[in-house]
Amino acid sequence: MNTSGSKTKMERIDANRRRFLIAGTSVAGGFVLGLPAIGYSRPAIDKGTAGERQIGFFIEIRPDGAVIIGSNQPEIGQGVRTALPMLVAEELDVDWSSVSVRQMPLGIVKTADGYTWKYGGQGVGGSTGLTSNWDFMREVGATARHQLMRAAAERLEVPVSSCSTKPGFVVCDAPAGSIPYADLVADAAKLDMPAEAPPLKSQKNYRIVGTRKNTVDALDIVTGKATYGIDTMAANMRHAVIARSPYLNGSVRSFDDAEARKIDGVLDVIKIDGPKAPEPYFILASGVAVVATSTWAAIKGRDALKIDWEPGPNATDDSDRFWQENAEMLKSRGQLVTDDGDFDKAMSEAKQVLVRQYQLPFVSHQPMEPQNCYAFVEEDRCHIVAPTQMPAGASRAAAAVTGLPRENIRIDLTRIGGGFGRRLTNDYVAEAALISMKTGWPIKLQWTREDEVRNDFYRPAGLHEIRAGLDEEGRIVAWTQRLASASKYYRRPDMPDENLWEAELYPDDFPRKFVENFRLEYFHNAIGLPRGSWRAPAHTANAFVIQSFIDELAHETGQDPLQLRIDLFGEDRELEYSGHGGPVFNPGRLTRLTKFVADRIEYGRKRPKGRGVGLAAHFTFGGYAAHAFEVTVARDGQLSIDRIVAAIDCGLAVHPNAVEAQLQGATVDGISTALGQEITVKNGQVQQSNFHDYPLARISHIPTLFEAHILPYDDTPTGVGEIGIPPVAPALANAIFAASGVRLRRLPIGDQLRQALSG
Amino acid sequence: MISFKVNNEAVSFEGDSDTPLLWVLRDHLRLTGTKFACGVGLCGACVVHLDGRAAASCRVPVSSVEGRSVTTIEGLAGPDGELHPVQKAWLEMDVAQCGYCQSGQIMATADLLSRHPKPSDQDIDSNMSSMICRCGTYVRIRKAIHRAAEIAESGE
Repeated sequence: MNTSGSKTKMERIDANRRRFLIAGTSVAGGFVLGLPAIGYSRPAIDKGTAGERQIGFFIEIRPDGAVIIGSNQPEIGQGVRTALPMLVAEELDVDWSSVSVRQMPLGIVKTADGYTWKYGGQGVGGSTGLTSNWDFMREVGATARHQLMRAAAERLEVPVSSCSTKPGFVVCDAPAGSIPYADLVADAAKLDMPAEAPPLKSQKNYRIVGTRKNTVDALDIVTGKATYGIDTMAANMRHAVIARSPYLNGSVRSFDDAEARKIDGVLDVIKIDGPKAPEPYFILASGVAVVATSTWAAIKGRDALKIDWEPGPNATDDSDRFWQENAEMLKSRGQLVTDDGDFDKAMSEAKQVLVRQYQLPFVSHQPMEPQNCYAFVEEDRCHIVAPTQMPAGASRAAAAVTGLPRENIRIDLTRIGGGFGRRLTNDYVAEAALISMKTGWPIKLQWTREDEVRNDFYRPAGLHEIRAGLDEEGRIVAWTQRLASASKYYRRPDMPDENLWEAELYPDDFPRKFVENFRLEYFHNAIGLPRGSWRAPAHTANAFVIQSFIDELAHETGQDPLQLRIDLFGEDRELEYSGHGGPVFNPGRLTRLTKFVADRIEYGRKRPKGRGVGLAAHFTFGGYAAHAFEVTVARDGQLSIDRIVAAIDCGLAVHPNAVEAQLQGATVDGISTALGQEITVKNGQVQQSNFHDYPLARISHIPTLFEAHILPYDDTPTGVGEIGIPPVAPALANAIFAASGVRLRRLPIGDQLRQALSG
Repeated sequence: MISFKVNNEAVSFEGDSDTPLLWVLRDHLRLTGTKFACGVGLCGACVVHLDGRAAASCRVPVSSVEGRSVTTIEGLAGPDGELHPVQKAWLEMDVAQCGYCQSGQIMATADLLSRHPKPSDQDIDSNMSSMICRCGTYVRIRKAIHRAAEIAESGE
């Protein structure tokens, strides 16, 4: 841990330390330790505000020794509600079996400079939930332990240096020197906080971190008691659904709600105005909301609406045209965004040039829990209960809609039925707040699956071209990736056109710095589909393109795809990585993972005709992963995935059970998207609507032979939520090539194999 | 008025007779363990037992359950609170990630085991492919199904 950097900042806030210390009894008779923030390295909640955390995390210790640890982050299935309390419990030194976890609401405090965090930064995205809380949570636990030791030392009149702990007890070198934490909390809470965070445990003494622990909510989940946003109930609550424009950026010309209002239970019908393109989104679409006494009455009311839609500016948008335009664009010169060495010269001197194009579709998030939000807007306040990855964004959305000051808006968090990036935006919060404000009722807004498929912040689609120049020995001397795509940054506030590429090409990814003459070129194509972050955003596309091309290059030059990867990735070394997940990229970690998965799947073994193995590896947001797939492709093109070996290197695995789960889940996600997922547009409308035409992988798609390995590296954890997905599609495509000789350069796979082999 | 049993308790519903059982359970009876996800019987998040057989409650109009018996995830454990073997296995394998689809997965598995006490991987594929887990917990679901069969057999 790096404590030296935080010292000066700690001095700055020293004067506030005592003022913000809170402590008191809880309703259950336990003492609550309110800890002032200790890390102070957290960025501000809003741009331009002073970003100190004012009141820290809390730990409640009850008379019976039960320990309740507050969880400040949204739980979307990634395991933070278990992993972060593990860090606190480790340093606090309590038995994990005595710990339960309480969800904390959004905590923001108004200061002279704007809003600042009350419980530390809250929000999960970019695989940062663990890494950004790694120091903070350990310091919370260590500080609480230290205060308990000081309280014991004072009571026993011994120096604190003679005190230590065993789980749940302070043990001092004195007669009767073993005191339960519960007996010390009241005294500990009266002590001034230490000027510096106490020393943290040596990792070799860990008893909780790094061990397999079950999900804290597992029992509630299997008994149906876990509550999600959709399960929110409140007195006088009304239910709402919205008929959203089927046209991208369409609007409501007029509507007839006579039939809808006849439906038993329908209470009100309201027009909702969406943003006009190209303004930034606050909600996704214009539409008409139906408010009713039950969800079903609202749905029936919506079905009975007669709406005359104004198709709007994107009425002729069409996926086929989008792809033709991308192909046209690649024939010209685009925006040069990275240009190392002398590409043109190296290319002109190359002995061989390999050019390939790869096409990646728009895909949708589809968390199992459809979007929903409870909102109750009153004259001077607002209450929101939302399944959101970004609760501060929910607060901003509600404030923008209601005009209320954010300190009067309460945001409660629930367990969340999947995130995948969809819930980084809070459009559904704005919708619910709008409806509550207009009707005066507490509203639970419910999206249906059709709403979910047709209205999303889709993962951007693009056509990629790789050109590589090789010397006489097959070495890469020049490389360019040229991408024509619809940027994720479309309709972002204050986003200049020349920066749109930044969401789609991550310059420091492999193979920059492995090839002297290196270029990235971008072309932005327009289409009316909203776009957003989808688990491991552009890494999914770029890993597919690059790891497929490496395979092609190996085959074209008579090299072995495994050996070529090992040669290219090379030994352990630290490369500068300026993007998210940096500042360091060590490709040697990819070498190690690639060798490992290849070894486990018996890469070198001869296989019968129709059967093959494919590999891929990628560095994503600070973590490393590799996959080996073994597949069979029948003569009619029938694909069967026979075996998968997946491996992740996330540094220190804090919560290995969840790391393994994320690797398994990301692998399934990668298969799911590669096999059949694509959002298409015709006449300005999304053509898919539910799981029949937007298929998700089923259990039968996932082989019984599936290994997920964690390869330990060092003592610093990386995130894990997104790391496991990028290598999946290229490993699968490379295996398909090895089995069948068919190179898939377009996703989803769909029926391409059948077509290729029947022709 | 439509009368039926939910988790062995008599209930009645006076609203629209075409209301899907799912919404009667969730909005009217406040049994929110049964989840809404696709609304058209394509994913299994809303699976309950209807007279002991798995059914997607989003596709069952409440009018068709008159006089019948519904079991939801809240009623799967024994009357003494002892968890069903499937729930025990789900805990042991720590199947859930977000957990949203797991009520349906568990109810579907309980039905599968009542018909195939020792299901093969093939049985699992053919019976559980009506279900979707977006988090991709299938690897653990498969293990948990085999484990649940063991627990049920041994009476652990």
